[in-house]
Amino acid sequence: MSNEATLHSHQQEATHGAVAHDHGNGHEHHHEDSFISKYVFSMDHKMIAKQFLITGIIWAVIGAGFSVLFRLQLAFPDATFPFLESLLGHWAKGGHISAEAYYALVTMHGTILVFFVLTAGLSGTFSNLLIPLQVGARDMASPFMNMLSYWFFFLASLVMTASLFVQTGPASGGWTSYPPLSALGDASIGSKIGMDLWLTSMALFVVSQLLGGLNYISTILNMRTKGMSMTKMPLTIWAFFFTAILGVLSFPVLLSGFILLLFDRHAGTSFYLSDLFVAGKVLSNEGGSAILYQHLFWFLGHPEVYIIILPAMGMVSEVLAVSSRKPIFGYLAMVGSLFAIAILAFLVWAHHMFVTGLNPFLGAFFVLLTLLIAVPSAIKVFNWLTTIWKGSIRFTPASLFSIGFVSTFISGGLTGIWLGNSSIDIHLHDTYFVIAHFHIVMGVSAFFGMFAGIYHWYPKLYGRYLNGTLGYIHFWITLVGAYLIFWPMHYEGMAGMPRRYYDYSNWESFKQFVELNKFISIVVFTVFATQLLFVFNFFYSIFKGRKLTTTNPWDATTLEWTTPIRPGHGNWPGEIPEVHRWAYDYSKDGKDFIPQTVPIGPDESKH
Amino acid sequence: MSGFLAVLVVVLIFVVIFQIAKASEYVSILKGEKKARQQNNRINGFLLIAFLVLGLIGVYYCNEAMRGKILGEAASEQGESIDNMIMWTLVMTGVVFVITQVLLFWFAFKYQEKEGKAAFYFPHNNKLEVIWTVIPAIALTILVAIGLRHWFRITSDAPKDAMVVEITGKQFNWLIRYPGKDGLLGSKYFKNINDATNPVGQDWDDNLNKDDFMANEMHLVVGKPVKLIIGSRDVVHDVGLAHFRLKMDAVPGIPTTLWFTPKFTTTQMKEKTGNPDFVYEISCDQMCGVGHYSMRAVIVVETQKEYDKWAAAQKSQYELAHAAPAGNAPAAPAPAEKPAEDTTKKTVAANLNH
Repeated sequence: MSNEATLHSHQQEATHGAVAHDHGNGHEHHHEDSFISKYVFSMDHKMIAKQFLITGIIWAVIGAGFSVLFRLQLAFPDATFPFLESLLGHWAKGGHISAEAYYALVTMHGTILVFFVLTAGLSGTFSNLLIPLQVGARDMASPFMNMLSYWFFFLASLVMTASLFVQTGPASGGWTSYPPLSALGDASIGSKIGMDLWLTSMALFVVSQLLGGLNYISTILNMRTKGMSMTKMPLTIWAFFFTAILGVLSFPVLLSGFILLLFDRHAGTSFYLSDLFVAGKVLSNEGGSAILYQHLFWFLGHPEVYIIILPAMGMVSEVLAVSSRKPIFGYLAMVGSLFAIAILAFLVWAHHMFVTGLNPFLGAFFVLLTLLIAVPSAIKVFNWLTTIWKGSIRFTPASLFSIGFVSTFISGGLTGIWLGNSSIDIHLHDTYFVIAHFHIVMGVSAFFGMFAGIYHWYPKLYGRYLNGTLGYIHFWITLVGAYLIFWPMHYEGMAGMPRRYYDYSNWESFKQFVELNKFISIVVFTVFATQLLFVFNFFYSIFKGRKLTTTNPWDATTLEWTTPIRPGHGNWPGEIPEVHRWAYDYSKDGKDFIPQTVPIGPDESKH
Repeated sequence: MSGFLAVLVVVLIFVVIFQIAKASEYVSILKGEKKARQQNNRINGFLLIAFLVLGLIGVYYCNEAMRGKILGEAASEQGESIDNMIMWTLVMTGVVFVITQVLLFWFAFKYQEKEGKAAFYFPHNNKLEVIWTVIPAIALTILVAIGLRHWFRITSDAPKDAMVVEITGKQFNWLIRYPGKDGLLGSKYFKNINDATNPVGQDWDDNLNKDDFMANEMHLVVGKPVKLIIGSRDVVHDVGLAHFRLKMDAVPGIPTTLWFTPKFTTTQMKEKTGNPDFVYEISCDQMCGVGHYSMRAVIVVETQKEYDKWAAAQKSQYELAHAAPAGNAPAAPAPAEKPAEDTTKKTVAANLNH
């Protein structure tokens, strides 16, 4: 990285106070902090980050809780659990989850985890928290839009919650909601009012994402402090930057797909419908294409998985560098590979559609482009490995989760090479192999990245530490459990066992996995309980955690640790610090670390 | 009661863990930050290496335990090339998996913080980075090349002598139509569909339709290529053929095709698998509604002789439809249809009513 920053003495820094925008100095709040403006309709990016995080945690407990319920069905298809009837009412008559309820649970599990937890909860939280703090800005480019972004997400959450309670139940056609199933109330009970609420909620969610994303991009481009050239930004910021671009370019396409679906549902159009005979009646729709929706959906759907994983990659890069006391290896290659992934993300969507009857010749290009993504991914993995090589690693819960992230990203990424090749996908498509693949690579990995982020930046969020011992217990049970849950699923998939089956007992080809399913479910229950332990740790530590005594608890170089322990709105009480170097001067010239704010010394070595 | 007890036990475990965690936090404050960190490093470093070793043993164990439970030899010629592709990919990704996981956990263990040992400032090295850009690129090119060769072979046009079978998905079973003696399927139109006499909407004015017959099971001839013409009446389904290693979506309004050559008869497979109940199954692999999991049909692969005998015994749908009472009472389903539909409905109902 270039260190040719202009040398400024601290006296000179004072002149760039003009950079600070209208919030002025952080400690003299010029707006009244009532309860409402501080905690509810807050425009402070740090409070909005907390709002995203806590809403995300609540959704995560609900979404993962749903998986516990449907794993109960998969493990014990014949048993009855009276508590289920108390919980789900007529959806679990006699303590046995009905097929309708099973499909609703599966659908909501996917929707909630993919969108509400791993998109809003992960990127929403950390983009909000870290972008202004790490680029050296007092807040987002538009704090008001930022606030709206959260409240649109909140509205989306309300509508989705409401859909859980309507009489015909929530959407139940899978998180992808393929028409005609999702278009016709007669085809599935979940495609009645529940589907309208699902679409409304998702539309609100897209608005939230766009408001947030535009803000992140403009903040990163325009509001960096003096000296913070793009190439001096920590990798977290690069990751959030590409994430926001992906979201801004692909979410509108999803919205357009949803709007056409709404038209088909209520306005009598035939965008996706043709040649149908449903519930004993011939429908008049002709000329539509059910496949069109899949193209529109996956044009977001595939970038979406990178929207989920890029922020995790960014945070893991940062945490690994800090905890191994080494610069991230190959900073420019790391940025370049993020860029390559972001570009390729738009060019691979049809690999979800190899078996839809897609022209095989066209499919071949998607095979090529899909497997190409493995190259930047491989670069990232090797660079992380080299980052910890010859380091001096401190095993904080954050660094352990980062190591766990690299491990699961390797495991899940490699099976992507299987599925991206159409001649393997034609066998494994829509089997448990796919479930295993994407849960490991974007479910578990993204969660590990998120946990790393939470453990690492919790002191910045609340001025206290999370309990470390609980953190270690959380990490080890989750890592071991995640592998025990998802590893055997690869074998179920190799046997062709289809996903989204309520019961396998009538299938000669798949019923040999009864015992295995039981085993997996029991691990699921254990891992879920462990997550509750983490949630408890999170909320307990807000009030009772060990207090921070230093502003820079991890001895990190980045700007967020130059703010006070509990920064006010505006982040820095005085001037925004000026940046003189990249974010990764660890163990350079015999010094443990050199913060970004320290000017380059006269006899400092170059790299 | 037992549920309540279970909750109580879980809560108790939580409380115990929490107390230990709180106590250990106090201890670490007393010991001083540095000492506590050293201890944490030692414990976690050990656990990382233990995880690596036990994990690799676990992978091996899992493989041994599952070996007999996955499908065995592919039952179609196309399936062989897919298995071959899986083998290549497994070897390549397997090698990378072991190397990278070993390096990851070994490095983490080896380079944990130790007194008097500083980290090595190593920000970049172009040579290394080029190496690990180029090697994966070459490896992936090889996989793409092999994969596409198989892909184009699998998706090529069916041979001229292939038999043709039409399979149509509906919630929640499969409608199977054979072209009859003339070898040609008659035309159909979805507005002709009625569940009583014409489940796929055949056009009775088309003479080609006169000998087409419907079946509950798909009968195929061993060693003879078959071309499936796949469609759907309502939502998107998917013809999943696990033993043949193939699948293809059934999309309303857009017919798709798939062809393959079965290698073993059902009887041969019973011997090969040692399972007297073995059947080839068609599973629906695309979420299609509440009965998705019960959308099953059976394929019988047999010799040409057996097949001819079976085919000769089938009555054409035209005959069945026109033998029905002139009034076309909607309550009287075509006899050929009845069993398949009923069993599916029963399974769905049975599972719903547990």
